[in-house]
Amino acid sequence: MKRQQFDSSTLPYLLIAPQLAIIFIFFVWPAAQAVYQSFMLEDPFGLASQFVGFDNFIDVVSNEHYARSALFTALFSGLVAFLSMAIALLLAVKADGILHGQSAYKIMLTWVYAVAPAVAGMMGVFLFDRSIGPLNHLFNATGWPFNPQLDVFDASVTVILVSVWKQISVNFIYFLAGLQSIPRAVREAALIDCRNGFRRFWTVTLPLLAPTGFFVLVINITYAFFETFGVIDTMTRGAPGGGTATLVYKVYQDGFLGADIGGSSAQSVILMILVLGLTIVQFRVLEKRIHY
Amino acid sequence: MHRIKLTDHLILIFGVLFLLLPIWVVFASSTHRPETILNQGLQFWIGDYFWETYSAVLFDNTGFTEAVNAVLMLKNSLILGLGFSVGKILISTIAAYAIVYFRFPAGSFFFWIIFSSLLLPLEVRIIPSYEVVSKLGMLNSYTGLILPLIASATATFFFRQFYKSVPEEILEAARIDGAGPFRFFVDILLPLSKTMIAAIFIIMFVVGWNQYLWPILMTTDESYFTVVMGIKQILNDLEGNRIPQYNKALALSFLAMLPPVMVVLIFQRWFVKGLVESEK
Repeated sequence: MKRQQFDSSTLPYLLIAPQLAIIFIFFVWPAAQAVYQSFMLEDPFGLASQFVGFDNFIDVVSNEHYARSALFTALFSGLVAFLSMAIALLLAVKADGILHGQSAYKIMLTWVYAVAPAVAGMMGVFLFDRSIGPLNHLFNATGWPFNPQLDVFDASVTVILVSVWKQISVNFIYFLAGLQSIPRAVREAALIDCRNGFRRFWTVTLPLLAPTGFFVLVINITYAFFETFGVIDTMTRGAPGGGTATLVYKVYQDGFLGADIGGSSAQSVILMILVLGLTIVQFRVLEKRIHY
Repeated sequence: MHRIKLTDHLILIFGVLFLLLPIWVVFASSTHRPETILNQGLQFWIGDYFWETYSAVLFDNTGFTEAVNAVLMLKNSLILGLGFSVGKILISTIAAYAIVYFRFPAGSFFFWIIFSSLLLPLEVRIIPSYEVVSKLGMLNSYTGLILPLIASATATFFFRQFYKSVPEEILEAARIDGAGPFRFFVDILLPLSKTMIAAIFIIMFVVGWNQYLWPILMTTDESYFTVVMGIKQILNDLEGNRIPQYNKALALSFLAMLPPVMVVLIFQRWFVKGLVESEK
Protein backbone atom coordinates (compact mmCIF):
# COMPACT_ATOMS: atom_id res chain seq x y z
CA MET A 1 0.00 0.00 0.00
CA LYS A 2 1.03 3.56 -0.56
CA ARG A 3 2.33 5.79 2.22
CA GLN A 4 0.41 8.63 0.72
CA GLN A 5 -3.27 7.88 0.57
CA PHE A 6 -6.54 9.66 0.16
CA ASP A 7 -8.88 9.89 3.11
CA SER A 8 -12.47 9.61 2.09
CA SER A 9 -15.38 8.01 3.84
CA THR A 10 -17.56 6.89 0.96
CA LEU A 11 -15.59 7.07 -2.30
CA PRO A 12 -13.48 3.91 -1.86
CA TYR A 13 -16.60 1.90 -1.04
CA LEU A 14 -18.26 3.15 -4.19
CA LEU A 15 -15.19 2.30 -6.27
CA ILE A 16 -14.90 -1.21 -4.94
CA ALA A 17 -18.66 -1.91 -4.89
CA PRO A 18 -19.08 -3.28 -8.46
CA GLN A 19 -16.23 -5.74 -8.03
CA LEU A 20 -17.50 -6.88 -4.65
CA ALA A 21 -21.08 -7.23 -5.86
CA ILE A 22 -20.03 -9.50 -8.70
CA ILE A 23 -17.78 -11.52 -6.46
CA PHE A 24 -20.51 -11.99 -3.85
CA ILE A 25 -23.18 -13.01 -6.35
CA PHE A 26 -21.11 -15.15 -8.69
CA PHE A 27 -18.34 -16.39 -6.45
CA VAL A 28 -19.10 -16.39 -2.72
CA TRP A 29 -22.71 -17.49 -3.13
CA PRO A 30 -22.00 -20.43 -5.47
CA ALA A 31 -18.98 -21.50 -3.45
CA ALA A 32 -21.05 -21.48 -0.25
CA GLN A 33 -23.76 -23.37 -2.12
CA ALA A 34 -21.24 -26.04 -3.14
CA VAL A 35 -20.11 -26.47 0.46
CA TYR A 36 -23.73 -26.67 1.66
CA GLN A 37 -24.77 -29.19 -0.99
CA SER A 38 -21.78 -31.36 -0.31
CA PHE A 39 -23.36 -32.22 3.05
CA MET A 40 -26.83 -32.86 1.62
CA LEU A 41 -28.44 -35.70 -0.24
CA GLU A 42 -30.96 -34.66 -2.87
CA ASP A 43 -33.57 -36.98 -4.34
CA PRO A 44 -33.34 -37.48 -8.11
CA PHE A 45 -36.09 -34.96 -8.83
CA GLY A 46 -34.53 -32.19 -6.75
CA LEU A 47 -37.66 -31.95 -4.62
CA ALA A 48 -36.31 -32.78 -1.20
CA SER A 49 -32.91 -33.01 0.40
CA GLN A 50 -31.61 -34.07 3.78
CA PHE A 51 -28.44 -33.56 5.77
CA VAL A 52 -26.12 -36.54 5.48
CA GLY A 53 -22.94 -35.29 7.16
CA PHE A 54 -19.76 -36.49 5.51
CA ASP A 55 -21.49 -39.31 3.60
CA ASN A 56 -20.97 -37.66 0.21
CA PHE A 57 -17.27 -37.23 0.90
CA ILE A 58 -16.90 -40.82 2.08
CA ASP A 59 -18.73 -42.03 -1.03
CA VAL A 60 -16.50 -39.97 -3.29
CA VAL A 61 -13.20 -40.88 -1.69
CA SER A 62 -13.98 -44.59 -1.48
CA ASN A 63 -15.17 -44.71 -5.08
CA GLU A 64 -12.66 -46.52 -7.26
CA HIS A 65 -13.51 -44.36 -10.29
CA TYR A 66 -12.60 -41.30 -8.27
CA ALA A 67 -9.30 -42.80 -7.17
CA ARG A 68 -8.53 -43.64 -10.79
CA SER A 69 -9.41 -40.15 -11.91
CA ALA A 70 -7.18 -38.68 -9.18
CA LEU A 71 -4.29 -40.86 -10.32
CA PHE A 72 -4.87 -39.91 -13.95
CA THR A 73 -5.03 -36.21 -13.02
CA ALA A 74 -1.72 -36.44 -11.18
CA LEU A 75 0.05 -38.26 -14.04
CA PHE A 76 -1.57 -36.09 -16.68
CA SER A 77 -0.73 -32.80 -14.95
CA GLY A 78 2.81 -33.90 -14.19
CA LEU A 79 3.49 -34.98 -17.77
CA VAL A 80 1.83 -31.98 -19.40
CA ALA A 81 3.71 -29.56 -17.15
CA PHE A 82 7.04 -31.35 -17.55
CA LEU A 83 6.91 -31.85 -21.32
CA SER A 84 5.60 -28.41 -22.23
CA MET A 85 8.08 -26.72 -19.89
CA ALA A 86 11.02 -28.76 -21.13
CA ILE A 87 10.27 -28.13 -24.81
CA ALA A 88 9.57 -24.43 -24.19
CA LEU A 89 12.78 -24.01 -22.19
CA LEU A 90 14.85 -25.63 -24.92
CA LEU A 91 13.30 -23.36 -27.55
CA ALA A 92 13.69 -20.27 -25.35
CA VAL A 93 17.39 -20.98 -24.68
CA LYS A 94 18.00 -21.47 -28.40
CA ALA A 95 16.01 -18.38 -29.37
CA ASP A 96 17.85 -16.35 -26.75
CA GLY A 97 21.21 -17.55 -28.05
CA ILE A 98 20.86 -16.76 -31.74
CA LEU A 99 21.36 -13.33 -33.24
CA HIS A 100 19.64 -13.58 -36.61
CA GLY A 101 15.92 -14.03 -37.02
CA GLN A 102 15.14 -13.99 -33.32
CA SER A 103 12.02 -11.89 -33.68
CA ALA A 104 10.69 -14.06 -36.50
CA TYR A 105 11.02 -17.18 -34.34
CA LYS A 106 9.49 -15.30 -31.45
CA ILE A 107 6.37 -14.46 -33.42
CA MET A 108 6.02 -17.94 -34.88
CA LEU A 109 6.42 -19.59 -31.50
CA THR A 110 4.08 -17.36 -29.51
CA TRP A 111 0.84 -17.12 -31.40
CA VAL A 112 -0.46 -20.59 -30.63
CA TYR A 113 -1.20 -18.98 -27.25
CA ALA A 114 -4.38 -17.59 -28.79
CA VAL A 115 -5.84 -20.98 -29.78
CA ALA A 116 -8.59 -22.10 -27.40
CA PRO A 117 -8.08 -25.46 -25.67
CA ALA A 118 -11.39 -26.62 -27.14
CA VAL A 119 -10.25 -25.67 -30.65
CA ALA A 120 -6.94 -27.43 -30.08
CA GLY A 121 -8.91 -30.49 -28.97
CA MET A 122 -11.02 -30.31 -32.10
CA MET A 123 -7.88 -30.26 -34.22
CA GLY A 124 -6.69 -33.26 -32.25
CA VAL A 125 -9.90 -35.10 -33.08
CA PHE A 126 -9.10 -34.79 -36.77
CA LEU A 127 -5.36 -35.42 -36.59
CA PHE A 128 -5.87 -38.61 -34.56
CA ASP A 129 -9.01 -39.75 -36.41
CA ARG A 130 -9.09 -43.44 -37.31
CA SER A 131 -9.89 -42.97 -40.96
CA ILE A 132 -8.61 -39.51 -41.91
CA GLY A 133 -5.98 -38.64 -39.29
CA PRO A 134 -2.36 -38.50 -40.50
CA LEU A 135 -1.01 -39.06 -36.98
CA ASN A 136 -3.09 -42.18 -36.64
CA HIS A 137 -1.62 -43.49 -39.90
CA LEU A 138 1.86 -42.51 -38.76
CA PHE A 139 1.55 -44.41 -35.46
CA ASN A 140 0.10 -47.44 -37.23
CA ALA A 141 2.94 -47.36 -39.76
CA THR A 142 5.46 -47.69 -36.92
CA GLY A 143 3.72 -50.89 -35.85
CA TRP A 144 1.80 -49.39 -32.95
CA PRO A 145 -1.83 -50.61 -33.09
CA PHE A 146 -2.99 -47.14 -32.13
CA ASN A 147 -6.63 -47.04 -31.04
CA PRO A 148 -7.64 -44.20 -28.70
CA GLN A 149 -11.29 -45.25 -28.76
CA LEU A 150 -10.56 -48.47 -26.93
CA ASP A 151 -7.17 -48.11 -25.32
CA VAL A 152 -6.74 -45.86 -22.27
CA PHE A 153 -3.02 -45.45 -22.85
CA ASP A 154 -3.49 -44.36 -26.47
CA ALA A 155 -6.29 -41.99 -25.50
CA SER A 156 -4.08 -40.49 -22.77
CA VAL A 157 -1.30 -39.98 -25.32
CA THR A 158 -3.64 -37.96 -27.55
CA VAL A 159 -4.93 -35.63 -24.81
CA ILE A 160 -1.44 -35.15 -23.37
CA LEU A 161 0.06 -34.33 -26.77
CA VAL A 162 -2.62 -31.77 -27.58
CA SER A 163 -2.44 -30.20 -24.10
CA VAL A 164 1.34 -29.92 -24.35
CA TRP A 165 1.14 -28.45 -27.84
CA LYS A 166 -1.26 -25.76 -26.64
CA GLN A 167 0.87 -24.76 -23.63
CA ILE A 168 4.36 -24.48 -25.19
CA SER A 169 3.80 -20.90 -26.40
CA VAL A 170 2.96 -19.42 -23.00
CA ASN A 171 5.89 -21.17 -21.36
CA PHE A 172 8.19 -20.01 -24.15
CA ILE A 173 7.16 -16.37 -23.60
CA TYR A 174 7.87 -16.54 -19.87
CA PHE A 175 11.16 -18.43 -20.21
CA LEU A 176 12.46 -16.11 -22.89
CA ALA A 177 11.56 -13.04 -20.82
CA GLY A 178 13.22 -14.67 -17.81
CA LEU A 179 16.39 -15.42 -19.78
CA GLN A 180 16.55 -11.92 -21.18
CA SER A 181 16.21 -10.36 -17.75
CA ILE A 182 19.48 -11.99 -16.63
CA PRO A 183 21.94 -9.07 -16.52
CA ARG A 184 24.46 -8.87 -19.34
CA ALA A 185 27.34 -8.57 -16.86
CA VAL A 186 26.43 -11.89 -15.25
CA ARG A 187 26.24 -13.62 -18.63
CA GLU A 188 29.59 -12.28 -19.73
CA ALA A 189 31.27 -13.22 -16.47
CA ALA A 190 29.86 -16.73 -16.80
CA LEU A 191 31.07 -16.92 -20.39
CA ILE A 192 34.63 -16.15 -19.26
CA ASP A 193 34.62 -18.43 -16.21
CA CYS A 194 32.99 -21.40 -17.80
CA ARG A 195 33.68 -22.42 -21.37
CA ASN A 196 31.40 -25.42 -21.39
CA GLY A 197 27.99 -24.26 -22.61
CA PHE A 198 26.08 -27.10 -21.06
CA ARG A 199 27.68 -26.68 -17.62
CA ARG A 200 27.19 -22.94 -17.82
CA PHE A 201 23.50 -23.53 -18.36
CA TRP A 202 23.20 -25.86 -15.36
CA THR A 203 25.26 -23.84 -12.90
CA VAL A 204 24.48 -20.24 -13.86
CA THR A 205 21.45 -19.83 -16.11
CA LEU A 206 19.13 -22.39 -14.57
CA PRO A 207 19.46 -21.20 -10.94
CA LEU A 208 18.89 -17.63 -12.08
CA LEU A 209 15.83 -18.79 -13.95
CA ALA A 210 14.38 -20.58 -10.89
CA PRO A 211 11.83 -17.91 -9.89
CA THR A 212 10.45 -17.83 -13.44
CA GLY A 213 10.51 -21.60 -13.55
CA PHE A 214 8.53 -21.91 -10.36
CA PHE A 215 5.96 -19.40 -11.54
CA VAL A 216 5.61 -21.24 -14.84
CA LEU A 217 5.21 -24.54 -13.01
CA VAL A 218 2.29 -23.16 -11.01
CA ILE A 219 0.66 -21.82 -14.17
CA ASN A 220 1.11 -25.18 -15.89
CA ILE A 221 -0.41 -27.18 -13.08
CA THR A 222 -3.39 -24.83 -12.97
CA TYR A 223 -3.66 -25.18 -16.74
CA ALA A 224 -3.50 -28.97 -16.64
CA PHE A 225 -6.13 -29.08 -13.88
CA PHE A 226 -8.68 -26.65 -15.21
CA GLU A 227 -8.13 -25.35 -18.71
CA THR A 228 -7.63 -28.74 -20.31
CA PHE A 229 -11.35 -29.29 -19.79
CA GLY A 230 -11.89 -28.11 -23.39
CA VAL A 231 -9.32 -30.57 -24.72
CA ILE A 232 -10.80 -33.53 -22.88
CA ASP A 233 -14.41 -32.66 -23.63
CA THR A 234 -13.79 -32.41 -27.37
CA MET A 235 -11.40 -35.33 -27.72
CA THR A 236 -12.34 -38.16 -25.39
CA ARG A 237 -15.14 -37.05 -23.03
CA GLY A 238 -13.33 -39.06 -20.40
CA ALA A 239 -13.51 -42.25 -22.50
CA PRO A 240 -12.60 -45.05 -22.70
CA GLY A 241 -14.30 -46.02 -19.45
CA GLY A 242 -13.46 -42.82 -17.56
CA GLY A 243 -9.76 -43.46 -18.18
CA THR A 244 -9.03 -39.91 -19.33
CA ALA A 245 -11.37 -37.97 -17.02
CA THR A 246 -9.52 -35.46 -14.86
CA LEU A 247 -10.98 -34.50 -11.49
CA VAL A 248 -12.43 -31.31 -12.95
CA TYR A 249 -13.99 -33.21 -15.80
CA LYS A 250 -15.56 -35.63 -13.32
CA VAL A 251 -17.19 -32.76 -11.42
CA TYR A 252 -18.87 -31.80 -14.66
CA GLN A 253 -19.73 -35.35 -15.69
CA ASP A 254 -21.18 -36.44 -12.35
CA GLY A 255 -22.93 -33.18 -11.55
CA PHE A 256 -24.17 -31.96 -14.86
CA LEU A 257 -24.58 -35.06 -16.95
CA GLY A 258 -25.07 -37.55 -14.09
CA ALA A 259 -27.20 -35.22 -11.90
CA ASP A 260 -25.48 -36.38 -8.71
CA ILE A 261 -25.48 -32.95 -7.06
CA GLY A 262 -24.28 -34.03 -3.62
CA GLY A 263 -21.41 -36.12 -4.93
CA SER A 264 -20.36 -33.51 -7.46
CA SER A 265 -20.43 -30.79 -4.79
CA ALA A 266 -18.30 -32.92 -2.50
CA GLN A 267 -15.82 -33.28 -5.39
CA SER A 268 -15.90 -29.51 -5.86
CA VAL A 269 -15.10 -28.96 -2.20
CA ILE A 270 -12.23 -31.46 -2.34
CA LEU A 271 -10.85 -29.61 -5.38
CA MET A 272 -11.20 -26.28 -3.58
CA ILE A 273 -9.16 -27.62 -0.67
CA LEU A 274 -6.60 -29.01 -3.10
CA VAL A 275 -6.21 -25.68 -4.92
CA LEU A 276 -6.02 -23.82 -1.61
CA GLY A 277 -3.27 -26.18 -0.48
CA LEU A 278 -1.38 -25.63 -3.73
CA THR A 279 -1.63 -21.87 -3.29
CA ILE A 280 -0.31 -22.01 0.27
CA VAL A 281 2.62 -24.15 -0.84
CA GLN A 282 3.22 -21.71 -3.67
CA PHE A 283 3.48 -18.76 -1.29
CA ARG A 284 5.64 -20.62 1.20
CA VAL A 285 8.09 -21.65 -1.47
CA LEU A 286 8.07 -18.26 -3.13
CA GLU A 287 8.84 -16.60 0.19
CA LYS A 288 11.49 -18.97 1.43
CA ARG A 289 13.36 -20.82 -1.20
CA ILE A 290 13.80 -18.74 -4.26
CA HIS A 291 15.50 -15.46 -3.52
CA TYR A 292 18.29 -14.00 -5.52
CA MET B 1 30.91 -22.22 -33.48
CA HIS B 2 29.22 -22.06 -36.85
CA ARG B 3 27.98 -25.62 -36.70
CA ILE B 4 26.49 -25.14 -33.24
CA LYS B 5 24.43 -22.20 -34.47
CA LEU B 6 23.13 -24.35 -37.30
CA THR B 7 21.76 -26.95 -34.90
CA ASP B 8 20.19 -24.13 -32.88
CA HIS B 9 18.31 -22.99 -35.95
CA LEU B 10 17.31 -26.56 -36.73
CA ILE B 11 15.86 -27.02 -33.25
CA LEU B 12 13.95 -23.76 -33.53
CA ILE B 13 12.62 -24.63 -36.98
CA PHE B 14 11.54 -28.00 -35.70
CA GLY B 15 9.71 -26.25 -32.85
CA VAL B 16 7.99 -23.88 -35.24
CA LEU B 17 6.90 -26.78 -37.47
CA PHE B 18 5.60 -28.72 -34.49
CA LEU B 19 3.41 -25.76 -33.52
CA LEU B 20 2.29 -24.66 -36.96
CA LEU B 21 1.88 -27.86 -38.99
CA PRO B 22 -1.34 -28.96 -37.26
CA ILE B 23 -2.94 -25.59 -37.98
CA TRP B 24 -1.73 -25.68 -41.56
CA VAL B 25 -3.17 -29.16 -42.11
CA VAL B 26 -6.51 -28.03 -40.68
CA PHE B 27 -6.61 -25.03 -42.99
CA ALA B 28 -5.40 -26.87 -46.09
CA SER B 29 -7.87 -29.71 -45.59
CA SER B 30 -10.76 -27.31 -45.08
CA THR B 31 -10.37 -26.19 -48.70
CA HIS B 32 -11.07 -29.68 -50.07
CA ARG B 33 -14.30 -31.58 -50.67
CA PRO B 34 -15.50 -33.87 -47.88
CA GLU B 35 -15.25 -36.86 -50.27
CA THR B 36 -11.56 -36.14 -50.86
CA ILE B 37 -10.89 -36.00 -47.13
CA LEU B 38 -12.90 -39.15 -46.50
CA ASN B 39 -11.06 -41.11 -49.17
CA GLN B 40 -7.53 -39.76 -48.84
CA GLY B 41 -7.34 -38.41 -45.30
CA LEU B 42 -6.39 -34.89 -44.24
CA GLN B 43 -4.68 -32.84 -46.92
CA PHE B 44 -1.32 -31.08 -46.73
CA TRP B 45 -1.88 -28.71 -49.62
CA ILE B 46 -4.61 -26.21 -50.44
CA GLY B 47 -7.50 -27.40 -52.58
CA ASP B 48 -9.92 -25.66 -54.92
CA TYR B 49 -12.94 -25.35 -52.65
CA PHE B 50 -11.94 -22.57 -50.28
CA TRP B 51 -14.80 -20.27 -51.19
CA GLU B 52 -17.48 -23.00 -51.35
CA THR B 53 -16.62 -24.32 -47.90
CA TYR B 54 -16.20 -21.01 -46.14
CA SER B 55 -19.24 -19.29 -47.61
CA ALA B 56 -21.35 -22.31 -46.69
CA VAL B 57 -20.02 -22.31 -43.12
CA LEU B 58 -20.36 -18.57 -42.71
CA PHE B 59 -23.77 -17.96 -44.24
CA ASP B 60 -25.79 -21.19 -44.53
CA ASN B 61 -28.08 -21.72 -41.60
CA THR B 62 -27.85 -25.00 -39.73
CA GLY B 63 -28.65 -26.37 -36.28
CA PHE B 64 -31.93 -27.65 -34.86
CA THR B 65 -33.65 -24.34 -35.43
CA GLU B 66 -32.03 -23.83 -38.83
CA ALA B 67 -31.05 -20.36 -37.65
CA VAL B 68 -27.36 -20.48 -36.79
CA ASN B 69 -24.40 -19.85 -39.01
CA ALA B 70 -20.79 -19.00 -38.32
CA VAL B 71 -21.40 -15.26 -38.72
CA LEU B 72 -23.88 -15.35 -35.84
CA MET B 73 -21.54 -17.44 -33.70
CA LEU B 74 -18.60 -15.15 -34.46
CA LYS B 75 -20.74 -12.18 -33.47
CA ASN B 76 -21.61 -13.85 -30.15
CA SER B 77 -17.95 -14.65 -29.52
CA LEU B 78 -17.05 -11.05 -30.26
CA ILE B 79 -19.66 -9.83 -27.77
CA LEU B 80 -18.35 -12.28 -25.18
CA GLY B 81 -14.71 -11.34 -25.81
CA LEU B 82 -15.32 -7.60 -25.77
CA GLY B 83 -17.84 -7.66 -22.93
CA PHE B 84 -15.50 -9.77 -20.84
CA SER B 85 -12.40 -7.64 -21.43
CA VAL B 86 -14.08 -4.24 -21.20
CA GLY B 87 -16.12 -5.27 -18.17
CA LYS B 88 -13.07 -6.60 -16.39
CA ILE B 89 -11.04 -3.48 -17.09
CA LEU B 90 -13.83 -1.10 -15.99
CA ILE B 91 -14.41 -2.90 -12.73
CA SER B 92 -10.83 -3.72 -11.89
CA THR B 93 -9.20 -0.34 -12.58
CA ILE B 94 -11.47 1.36 -10.03
CA ALA B 95 -11.41 -1.49 -7.51
CA ALA B 96 -7.61 -1.56 -7.57
CA TYR B 97 -7.58 2.24 -7.25
CA ALA B 98 -9.65 1.98 -4.07
CA ILE B 99 -7.38 -0.72 -2.64
CA VAL B 100 -4.10 1.01 -3.36
CA TYR B 101 -4.84 4.71 -2.96
CA PHE B 102 -7.39 4.89 -0.14
CA ARG B 103 -7.21 4.39 3.57
CA PHE B 104 -10.45 2.83 4.69
CA PRO B 105 -11.21 0.45 7.55
CA ALA B 106 -12.67 -2.45 5.58
CA GLY B 107 -10.01 -2.14 2.88
CA SER B 108 -7.86 -5.11 3.75
CA PHE B 109 -10.89 -7.29 4.47
CA PHE B 110 -12.26 -6.58 1.00
CA PHE B 111 -8.88 -7.18 -0.45
CA TRP B 112 -8.81 -10.69 0.97
CA ILE B 113 -12.29 -11.48 -0.32
CA ILE B 114 -11.25 -10.39 -3.78
CA PHE B 115 -8.03 -12.32 -3.44
CA SER B 116 -9.87 -15.51 -2.49
CA SER B 117 -11.79 -15.42 -5.77
CA LEU B 118 -8.51 -16.06 -7.56
CA LEU B 119 -8.09 -19.38 -5.82
CA LEU B 120 -11.15 -21.11 -7.17
CA PRO B 121 -11.69 -21.10 -10.91
CA LEU B 122 -15.18 -21.34 -12.32
CA GLU B 123 -14.59 -24.97 -13.29
CA VAL B 124 -14.65 -25.97 -9.62
CA ARG B 125 -18.01 -24.40 -8.86
CA ILE B 126 -19.85 -24.81 -12.15
CA ILE B 127 -23.01 -26.45 -10.88
CA PRO B 128 -23.80 -23.99 -8.07
CA SER B 129 -22.84 -21.12 -10.41
CA TYR B 130 -25.27 -22.48 -12.96
CA GLU B 131 -27.99 -22.64 -10.30
CA VAL B 132 -27.35 -19.08 -9.16
CA VAL B 133 -27.48 -17.77 -12.70
CA SER B 134 -30.64 -19.71 -13.45
CA LYS B 135 -32.27 -18.38 -10.24
CA LEU B 136 -31.45 -14.87 -11.40
CA GLY B 137 -33.13 -15.64 -14.73
CA MET B 138 -29.94 -15.01 -16.66
CA LEU B 139 -29.70 -18.25 -18.66
CA ASN B 140 -29.49 -17.58 -22.38
CA SER B 141 -28.49 -13.94 -22.06
CA TYR B 142 -25.28 -12.03 -22.67
CA THR B 143 -25.33 -10.80 -19.06
CA GLY B 144 -25.41 -14.35 -17.74
CA LEU B 145 -22.69 -15.31 -20.17
CA ILE B 146 -20.32 -12.50 -19.25
CA LEU B 147 -20.86 -11.44 -15.61
CA PRO B 148 -20.01 -14.72 -13.82
CA LEU B 149 -16.76 -14.94 -15.79
CA ILE B 150 -15.75 -11.47 -14.60
CA ALA B 151 -15.99 -12.60 -10.96
CA SER B 152 -12.40 -13.83 -10.93
CA ALA B 153 -10.19 -10.91 -9.94
CA THR B 154 -7.12 -11.50 -12.11
CA ALA B 155 -7.23 -8.04 -13.71
CA THR B 156 -7.68 -6.37 -10.33
CA PHE B 157 -4.40 -7.93 -9.32
CA PHE B 158 -2.56 -6.78 -12.41
CA PHE B 159 -3.71 -3.23 -11.80
CA ARG B 160 -2.96 -3.38 -8.09
CA GLN B 161 0.60 -4.45 -8.88
CA PHE B 162 0.90 -1.73 -11.48
CA TYR B 163 -0.45 1.06 -9.27
CA LYS B 164 1.93 0.03 -6.52
CA SER B 165 4.83 0.49 -8.92
CA VAL B 166 3.78 4.07 -9.70
CA PRO B 167 6.18 6.42 -7.82
CA GLU B 168 4.84 8.01 -4.61
CA GLU B 169 6.03 11.45 -5.71
CA ILE B 170 3.41 11.62 -8.43
CA LEU B 171 0.58 11.53 -5.92
CA GLU B 172 2.40 14.00 -3.64
CA ALA B 173 2.86 16.41 -6.51
CA ALA B 174 -0.73 16.04 -7.64
CA ARG B 175 -2.02 16.73 -4.14
CA ILE B 176 0.13 19.82 -3.78
CA ASP B 177 -1.40 21.04 -7.01
CA GLY B 178 -4.80 20.47 -5.46
CA ALA B 179 -5.97 17.41 -7.37
CA GLY B 180 -8.71 15.42 -5.68
CA PRO B 181 -9.11 11.64 -5.95
CA PHE B 182 -11.26 11.90 -9.08
CA ARG B 183 -8.93 14.29 -10.93
CA PHE B 184 -5.89 12.26 -9.97
CA PHE B 185 -7.44 9.04 -11.31
CA VAL B 186 -8.72 10.45 -14.59
CA ASP B 187 -5.94 12.90 -15.44
CA ILE B 188 -2.88 11.16 -14.09
CA LEU B 189 -3.30 7.51 -13.19
CA LEU B 190 -5.33 6.37 -16.21
CA PRO B 191 -3.01 8.01 -18.78
CA LEU B 192 -0.07 6.39 -16.98
CA SER B 193 -1.77 2.99 -17.23
CA LYS B 194 -2.45 3.21 -20.96
CA THR B 195 -0.05 0.47 -22.10
CA MET B 196 -1.04 -1.71 -19.17
CA ILE B 197 -4.72 -1.34 -20.05
CA ALA B 198 -4.02 -2.18 -23.71
CA ALA B 199 -2.02 -5.26 -22.73
CA ILE B 200 -4.69 -6.52 -20.34
CA PHE B 201 -7.39 -5.80 -22.86
CA ILE B 202 -5.70 -8.05 -25.42
CA ILE B 203 -5.11 -10.88 -22.98
CA MET B 204 -8.63 -10.71 -21.61
CA PHE B 205 -10.15 -10.58 -25.07
CA VAL B 206 -8.40 -13.82 -25.96
CA VAL B 207 -9.40 -15.42 -22.66
CA GLY B 208 -13.02 -14.32 -23.11
CA TRP B 209 -13.22 -15.45 -26.73
CA ASN B 210 -11.79 -18.85 -25.83
CA GLN B 211 -14.30 -19.65 -23.06
CA TYR B 212 -15.82 -23.06 -23.57
CA LEU B 213 -17.32 -24.68 -20.48
CA TRP B 214 -19.41 -21.77 -19.26
CA PRO B 215 -21.07 -21.04 -22.62
CA ILE B 216 -21.93 -24.74 -22.96
CA LEU B 217 -23.72 -24.74 -19.62
CA MET B 218 -25.33 -21.36 -20.02
CA THR B 219 -26.81 -21.48 -23.48
CA THR B 220 -29.47 -23.82 -24.72
CA ASP B 221 -30.82 -21.22 -27.12
CA GLU B 222 -28.84 -21.55 -30.34
CA SER B 223 -28.90 -17.83 -31.03
CA TYR B 224 -26.43 -17.40 -28.13
CA PHE B 225 -23.95 -20.03 -29.30
CA THR B 226 -20.34 -18.87 -29.52
CA VAL B 227 -18.02 -20.18 -32.19
CA VAL B 228 -15.76 -22.06 -29.76
CA MET B 229 -18.71 -24.04 -28.41
CA GLY B 230 -20.23 -24.34 -31.89
CA ILE B 231 -17.41 -26.82 -32.43
CA LYS B 232 -19.06 -29.20 -29.99
CA GLN B 233 -22.25 -28.99 -32.00
CA ILE B 234 -20.42 -29.73 -35.23
CA LEU B 235 -18.74 -32.68 -33.57
CA ASN B 236 -22.13 -34.16 -32.69
CA ASP B 237 -23.42 -33.57 -36.22
CA LEU B 238 -20.39 -35.26 -37.81
CA GLU B 239 -21.47 -38.68 -36.66
CA GLY B 240 -24.94 -38.40 -38.17
CA ASN B 241 -24.06 -37.63 -41.77
CA ARG B 242 -23.57 -40.18 -44.52
CA ILE B 243 -20.56 -38.29 -45.80
CA PRO B 244 -19.23 -36.45 -42.74
CA GLN B 245 -18.85 -32.75 -43.50
CA TYR B 246 -15.19 -32.74 -42.45
CA ASN B 247 -14.40 -29.69 -44.55
CA LYS B 248 -17.00 -27.57 -42.75
CA ALA B 249 -15.95 -28.74 -39.31
CA LEU B 250 -12.31 -27.94 -40.14
CA ALA B 251 -13.29 -24.55 -41.53
CA LEU B 252 -15.21 -23.72 -38.37
CA SER B 253 -12.21 -24.69 -36.23
CA PHE B 254 -10.07 -22.42 -38.32
CA LEU B 255 -12.56 -19.55 -38.06
CA ALA B 256 -12.78 -20.03 -34.29
CA MET B 257 -9.04 -19.49 -33.83
CA LEU B 258 -8.56 -16.80 -36.46
CA PRO B 259 -9.71 -13.65 -34.58
CA PRO B 260 -7.79 -14.22 -31.31
CA VAL B 261 -4.71 -15.26 -33.29
CA MET B 262 -4.90 -12.10 -35.38
CA VAL B 263 -5.25 -9.97 -32.27
CA VAL B 264 -2.21 -11.59 -30.68
CA LEU B 265 -0.18 -11.28 -33.89
CA ILE B 266 -1.03 -7.63 -34.47
CA PHE B 267 -0.54 -6.54 -30.87
CA GLN B 268 2.34 -8.95 -30.22
CA ARG B 269 4.46 -6.49 -28.27
CA TRP B 270 1.72 -5.32 -25.89
CA PHE B 271 0.47 -8.79 -25.35
CA VAL B 272 3.88 -10.19 -24.41
CA LYS B 273 4.47 -7.21 -22.15
CA GLY B 274 1.12 -7.74 -20.42
CA LEU B 275 1.82 -11.42 -19.83
CA VAL B 276 5.31 -10.84 -18.51
CA GLU B 277 4.29 -7.91 -16.29
CA SER B 278 1.55 -9.95 -14.70
CA GLU B 279 4.15 -12.34 -13.37
CA LYS B 280 5.65 -9.75 -11.04
